[in-house]
Amino acid sequence: MLSLTSERSTWMHRLPAWAKLAALSAATVALFRLPGPGAAALALAGTGALYLSGGAAFAREGLAPLRMVAVFAALILAWHLWTGEAALGLMLALRLLAAVALANLVTLTTRFDAMMALLVRLLSPLRWLGLNPARPAFAAVLVLRFTPVLAEKGARLAEAWRARSPRRPGWQILMPWIVMALDDADHVAEALKARGGLPDDL
Amino acid sequence: MEKDYVLVVLFTALVAALGLVPPITLMSGVPITAQSMGIMLCGTVLGARKGALAVLLLIVLVTLGLPLLAGGRGGIGVYAGPTVGFFLGWLPAAFVTGLIVERLRGLPLLPVAIGAAVLGGIVVLYACGAVGMALVLDKPLSGVLPLLLPFVPGDLIKAALAGMITAGVARARPDSLLSRRARA
Repeated sequence: MLSLTSERSTWMHRLPAWAKLAALSAATVALFRLPGPGAAALALAGTGALYLSGGAAFAREGLAPLRMVAVFAALILAWHLWTGEAALGLMLALRLLAAVALANLVTLTTRFDAMMALLVRLLSPLRWLGLNPARPAFAAVLVLRFTPVLAEKGARLAEAWRARSPRRPGWQILMPWIVMALDDADHVAEALKARGGLPDDL
Repeated sequence: MEKDYVLVVLFTALVAALGLVPPITLMSGVPITAQSMGIMLCGTVLGARKGALAVLLLIVLVTLGLPLLAGGRGGIGVYAGPTVGFFLGWLPAAFVTGLIVERLRGLPLLPVAIGAAVLGGIVVLYACGAVGMALVLDKPLSGVLPLLLPFVPGDLIKAALAGMITAGVARARPDSLLSRRARA
């Protein structure tokens, strides 16, 4: 598991993790209440401005992890153009981009240990019940890492399907998707074992 | 140890990722968000305890404010909405689904998994969901249940898919099928 945190220090790196996560949650909730493509475009522009506030090099670095989701957004847009719902498609695509870019921004500017420390602090009351808070905290970090990877693999399978079929991808890609995911889990479990097993403390 | 832990975490992420996937549109044009199928899979593949654990992890993360529910929803706001019963009902739904697959170990997996997904992922889940909806909307249970009926066909398809995927996992990656793993 490589760190996704940017080495280029920005003002956002210095904010506490809880503040960034709270802002991300609020912003994401707001994103899904946007009225139309104009507002979604504004939200995406605002996200871009945040990236640029960290400097041009930082913004360029932030673009790379967006490549896959950009393809996905383009597919969504193309599909809605085809069905004659251009405005809806534009909003969905812009919103997806803005949501992923914002979430990536938190990852780019927050070190894993800061994220974990926050979760351990939130879970520390569990010690009263005899549970080690390091386990669920590490699980939470793994979920945050797994989720976009799984979504990207799903998008890639959908893309492969579209390349070969005029029909929409559907349930047919579920089985290969699950098998890919199970194999990923095996690899992560092996890697964890090789690094001395599950963490007892963070 | 590590494998079971990572699998539980993987299924939490799987349900979250299914919420990001745009709704799969089946033949009739009925959009189906796949997230509740993920809940069924937690039970059929991981079994009762670990399946429920995966769902619990998701519930905690969503409560802390991560937008992992379909449509990017999350946060404390979920608890005030009409879907709160379904959200919390995921926990018993996955548990019951897993319990059935574990207990009926002697019977063939495909029909058992489909039946378990129907009982846990539809009957148990709708019961919890209806109670939550009745509480939030301040309506009697009898007034809420008809509102849920349109979702039954889609969820039956999801249960069938969950069963088929579970049988597929048993063939392709039998070691990962924790609900029916040979006892050591």
